[in-house]
Amino acid sequence: MDKGQGKGNRVIITVLGPDRVGIIAGVAQVLTENNINILDISQTILQEFLAMVMIADMEKSKLDLNTLKKQLLAKGKEIGVRIDAQHEDAFRYMHRI
Amino acid sequence: MLTLAEIMETIKMVQEENLDIRTVTMGINLQDCADHNPAVAQQKIYHKITSRAKNIVTVGNDLAREYGIPIVNKRIAVTPISLIAGCTPEADYTDFALCLDKAAKAVGVNFIGGFTAFVHKGFTASDEKLIYSIPAALKQTERVCASVNVATTKAGINMDAVYLMGKIIKQTAQATAAQNGLGCAKLVVFCNIPEDNPFMAGAVHGIGEPECTINVGISGPGVIKSVVEKNKRCDLGILAEIVKKTAFKITRMGELIGRLAADRLGVPFGIVDISLAPTPAIGDSVAEILEAMGLERFGTHGTTAALALLTDALKKGGAMASSYVGGLSGTFIPVSEDACLAKAAAKGALSLDKLEALTGVCSVGLDMIAVPGDTSPETIAAIIADEISMGVVNRKSTAVRIIPVPGKKVGDYVEFGGLLGRAPVMSVHQFSSHEFICRGGRVPAPLCSLGN
Repeated sequence: MDKGQGKGNRVIITVLGPDRVGIIAGVAQVLTENNINILDISQTILQEFLAMVMIADMEKSKLDLNTLKKQLLAKGKEIGVRIDAQHEDAFRYMHRI
Repeated sequence: MLTLAEIMETIKMVQEENLDIRTVTMGINLQDCADHNPAVAQQKIYHKITSRAKNIVTVGNDLAREYGIPIVNKRIAVTPISLIAGCTPEADYTDFALCLDKAAKAVGVNFIGGFTAFVHKGFTASDEKLIYSIPAALKQTERVCASVNVATTKAGINMDAVYLMGKIIKQTAQATAAQNGLGCAKLVVFCNIPEDNPFMAGAVHGIGEPECTINVGISGPGVIKSVVEKNKRCDLGILAEIVKKTAFKITRMGELIGRLAADRLGVPFGIVDISLAPTPAIGDSVAEILEAMGLERFGTHGTTAALALLTDALKKGGAMASSYVGGLSGTFIPVSEDACLAKAAAKGALSLDKLEALTGVCSVGLDMIAVPGDTSPETIAAIIADEISMGVVNRKSTAVRIIPVPGKKVGDYVEFGGLLGRAPVMSVHQFSSHEFICRGGRVPAPLCSLGN
């Protein structure tokens, strides 16, 4: 799908949980190790609760999405937040025509 | 670039509001499996289903993980078995149902539809054999669904088939009495049956369909309910607009998953069925949407108007979101499968008559309704005739899935389990329809069928 647009490998990484030091560093570390480029980060704090969203490009990574999900889940457990990764199309399809 | 608010909205829909893909259904043509020898025919059917659908569960699970949206059911619909089994000299088609059941279990799908006959104008010898096999077939199988199309707008109503289905439903309930007549939950009587419906129990791979295809059904009552609740004070015109926009978003997920699944399975994408399909989970209810609109209880005065508004808004948003909308594409009101609907029935707010009226503005109509076990076959046939007439005259797909629960009386609760849920036994009219139903024959096609 949308193979011609050259952005078929973007993922949305979401982090939900209590705010603390080192969350972005922790996620970035997993991405760096796997050669995944961060394109955008935005976050908001709701009553000490962190909601962070990263858009990342897996184009140059050898990892598949399911393995990345597992690694992020493990990292999330380590730092006490919930981390998930989903293909960008799930969002783009819903919000963009 | 997507905004944070958009991303969070999608995540909230899935995590808090039960947005999911209800079913990815593979339609498979079995016409090339016909054979004079029943054992050979069944071998061909088993082989074709298990080779065509061998990856459907894996692909479904992979997509669910990668895109972060649950795909609740993976299912199969096949060519009406009456067309395939008719080549054999068999008098009973139960073995064909057992073959379908075995194939469904082998590939890991939870339902397989297509133990079906189209008899809207009359029975072939094979159709009759299939219909008489339904009670045993549904008793002996776990995952097979049966359907019978007894009427179309173009052909009128086969009243002999309507009466026969009244008897078959009773026999099926008796055959599965130990499970509260569960067999009847897998048996649906149709008017204007769609050939590409992904939802059970009525899924079938019609004769106009390609060799193999993927059809998708979505489910987002919780998402719609949430936006309705958030907009308590707006007028109904604005509310319709809000529902329409939300329907667009949830249908896009169906379109995306359907196209991806078809691509990965190497078959053409068929349709998205944009029906709003509830589950017994709290918050995943069609009735709760209407109650959020301002009705004290689903079934009270105003329900038809509210449901008409909802269904129309869903269609407008859904039709924009998908290139191919098909199947039933209305709103489902299956009583046992929607906890809030079941509650409305138990409180006396919702009657069979109101459900029949609601058929005029949504789809399917009398769905998953428990009635007393001593309801006569003629009364069941009359209930079917009423519902089917709504479809014939109004050019709609309508259907009846009714369970005369053995040994149960009005007010008793019946448990069907899982997505089939639980429901109170509802009352039927006590005045007889016996003589009318026993007349039989064929009701002519209505004037509105003469459109050429």
